[in-house]
Amino acid sequence: MTPILDIKNLYKNYGSVEILKDINVAIEPGDFLVLVGPSGCGKSTLLNCIAGLEPITAGTIDIGGRDMTEVSPKDRDIAMVFQSYALYPTMSVAKNITFGMKVRGVDQATQEKKLNEVAQQLQIEPLLQRRPGQLSGGQRQRVAMGRALVRDPKLFLFDEPLSNLDAKLRVEMRSEIKKLHQNLNATMVYVTHDQIEAMTLATKIVVLKGGIVQQIGSPAEIYNKPANLFVADFMGSPAMNLIPARAKANGSGTKIEIERAGAAPLVLTDTHAKDLPEDVILGLRPEDIAEAGFRAGEDVQEADCLIDMVEPAGADTYVVSQLGGKQVTARLHAETNARSGETLPLAFDLSKVSYFAPESGKRLN
Amino acid sequence: MTDIALTTAHSPSRNWGRIALRWLLFTLLGLFALFYLMPLFVMVTTSLKSLEEIRTGSLVAFPREVTFEAWRTAWSGACTGIQCEGLRPYFWNSVILAIPAVLISTILGALNGYVIAQWKFKGANLIFSLMLFGCFIPFQVVLLPMARTLGIMGIAGTIPGLIFVHVIYGIGFTTLFFRNYYVTIPQELVKAAKVDGAGFFRIFWSIFLPLSLPIIVVTVIWQFTQIWNDFLFGVSFSQAGTQPVTVALNNIVNSTTGVKEYNVDMAAAIIAALPTLLVYVVAGKYFIRGLTAGSVKG
Repeated sequence: MTPILDIKNLYKNYGSVEILKDINVAIEPGDFLVLVGPSGCGKSTLLNCIAGLEPITAGTIDIGGRDMTEVSPKDRDIAMVFQSYALYPTMSVAKNITFGMKVRGVDQATQEKKLNEVAQQLQIEPLLQRRPGQLSGGQRQRVAMGRALVRDPKLFLFDEPLSNLDAKLRVEMRSEIKKLHQNLNATMVYVTHDQIEAMTLATKIVVLKGGIVQQIGSPAEIYNKPANLFVADFMGSPAMNLIPARAKANGSGTKIEIERAGAAPLVLTDTHAKDLPEDVILGLRPEDIAEAGFRAGEDVQEADCLIDMVEPAGADTYVVSQLGGKQVTARLHAETNARSGETLPLAFDLSKVSYFAPESGKRLN
Repeated sequence: MTDIALTTAHSPSRNWGRIALRWLLFTLLGLFALFYLMPLFVMVTTSLKSLEEIRTGSLVAFPREVTFEAWRTAWSGACTGIQCEGLRPYFWNSVILAIPAVLISTILGALNGYVIAQWKFKGANLIFSLMLFGCFIPFQVVLLPMARTLGIMGIAGTIPGLIFVHVIYGIGFTTLFFRNYYVTIPQELVKAAKVDGAGFFRIFWSIFLPLSLPIIVVTVIWQFTQIWNDFLFGVSFSQAGTQPVTVALNNIVNSTTGVKEYNVDMAAAIIAALPTLLVYVVAGKYFIRGLTAGSVKG
C-alpha cells in the first residue's frame, strides 16, 4: 500500500536558523499520527509544512501518492483545524462551514446537503445561524471540526485543537476526536504538547525535540521502549524514573548497583541485559515498581527501601524514595501500609527496564 | 446599637460633602463647556445680525433682529477677489475633491495594511517604516517636488491633481491605521482561508473587510477632516476655478474692501466647517470605538 503521507528528508530553515532537520515520516491510510514535543520543537511548523502554509527548504512531501511539495494548500486535499479555531468572525456558523465549498464553486444543493450531514454528525444544528462570537469554546471547537469535515479530505490536520479548552471539555473532545477517527476511518495528523493526548489518540507517534525526530513508533513502543532519555522523560506521567547505576557483568546476566545515601547500595540482577557499559542510567516507570508481594514474575526482584513521602491519589498511592541520588516514584495499590520515614520492601520489575548511556542518552537494551 | 448610632451620626455630614463635591465638579465642567462654546456662540449670533447691529451692539449679545442675509451672501454672493459668486462653487469643488480622495486613500490604506499585517514578505517592515515616516514629512517640504510632479503629469491646477496630492499624502496615515488594526487579527484566519481555497482578494473581501467597519470609520473621519480643512495644498496646487472652500473662505475674508462684513465672514466660516462637524456628529461614536478597537478582542 502506498503511504498516504510520505515526508522525505524535510529541512526547514528560517534564515540561518534550522527549525526542522531531516524529517522522514510515512503513514498509511487510516493512521492517526501525533506529532508531540515541548514548545518550540518545530511540531507546528512541520504541520504547516504538510499543509503547504510554510515553504520547505529541502525534501519532499507526498500526499496520496502525489508529490505536493510545491502545490498550494487548497490543492493538497487537506483540511485543517487550528488552535484558535480561526473561525471567520463575521460569518454565521453555516457560512463558516460552507465557505470552502463556496470558494470552490460547489453548487448550492450539495453545499446544503453536506452542511446538514456535518451539523447532524457534530450535533451543532441549533447553532448554524449564530456567529462564532456567540459560541462557547467547545462549540467553536465543533464548528472548526465541521469546517474540516465537509471537505472530506485525504488528510486531516489538527494543530493543538484542544489546548484552549478546560480540562473536562478537553477529555470529552479527545474521545470525540478518537470516535470520529474510528467512524470515518480517516487519516489524521495531530500536533500536541500533551503526551497523554498523544498516547490516547495516536496509532503512531513522532516525538520531536529541537527540530529533530527523537523516535517514531506506536504508543506502546514509545512508552515501553523509549529511544533515549528525552523520550523516556517526556512521555508518561508521572515521568519514568531515571536512576544512575553501575553495571557489572555477572555470569549470563548483569549485576546492577544503585547508590543509596546512608545505606548499603541496592543490588539488582538483570538476567537478560548483556554488554552494558559500567555507568548506565536505569529507567523504570513508577508502575513497574510495586509493593513486594503484589507483583509476580521471574524478573521481579525485591529490596527494602526507605520511603520519604507518601502521596495517595485515590486509585493509587505514590511513594517516593531516594535511589542513586534521585527521587524515585513507585506506584502502589491504594490500600498500602507505606508510611513515610519507614522502610518498605519494593518489587522492581526488571522485565520492563530500560538502560540508557549517561552521555549520549541513547537506549542501550 | 452603638454601631447604628455611630453610622447615623456620621452619614449626613459625609453625604453633604459628597453632594457639594459633585456640584463643584459639575459647575466647573459647565464653565469649561461655556468657555469652549463661546467662539461658536459669537460666530452664530454675529452671522445672524445685520451689519448695522454689529457696529452698534455688543459682541456677545443676542441678535435683536434675526436675518439670514449674511448666510445668503456668504453662500452665493460674496466676492472672492474679482468674482462675486459666494462660497457655493468652491464648496462643490471641495466636495468633488474630498470624496474621491477619501475613498481612494482609504481603499489603498486598507489594502496596504492588509498586505503588511497579514502577508508578510521580505522588507515589509522597512516599507511600513518608510510609510510611517511619510506621515511626519511636513507639508512645506513636498510643495516644490509635488508641483513638478503635477506639472509633468499634466494635472497641475486641476481637481484630479489635488485628489492625487491628498491621496499620496494620506496613504501613510491610512496604511498605519489599517495595519495596526489588521495586525491584531490572528494569522490563523488567513491560513484557514488559504486551506479553504480562498485567494488574496477573496480573503480580503470576504473576511477582512467585513471586520473593518470601526477602522474604516476612523480613517474616513481622519482623512475627510484633513482633506476638507487643508489650506496649503489647496492654495498651492489650484487655480482660479478649482480652489477648495478653505481657500475661498480666506479670499472672502481678506478681499473685502471698505467695511468689513463680519456677519458674512462668520457665516462663510460656519458653512466651510459644517461638513466636518456633520461627519463627527454622524460617525463620532464609532471614532472612539475604532481607535480602541484593536486593544480589546471580541
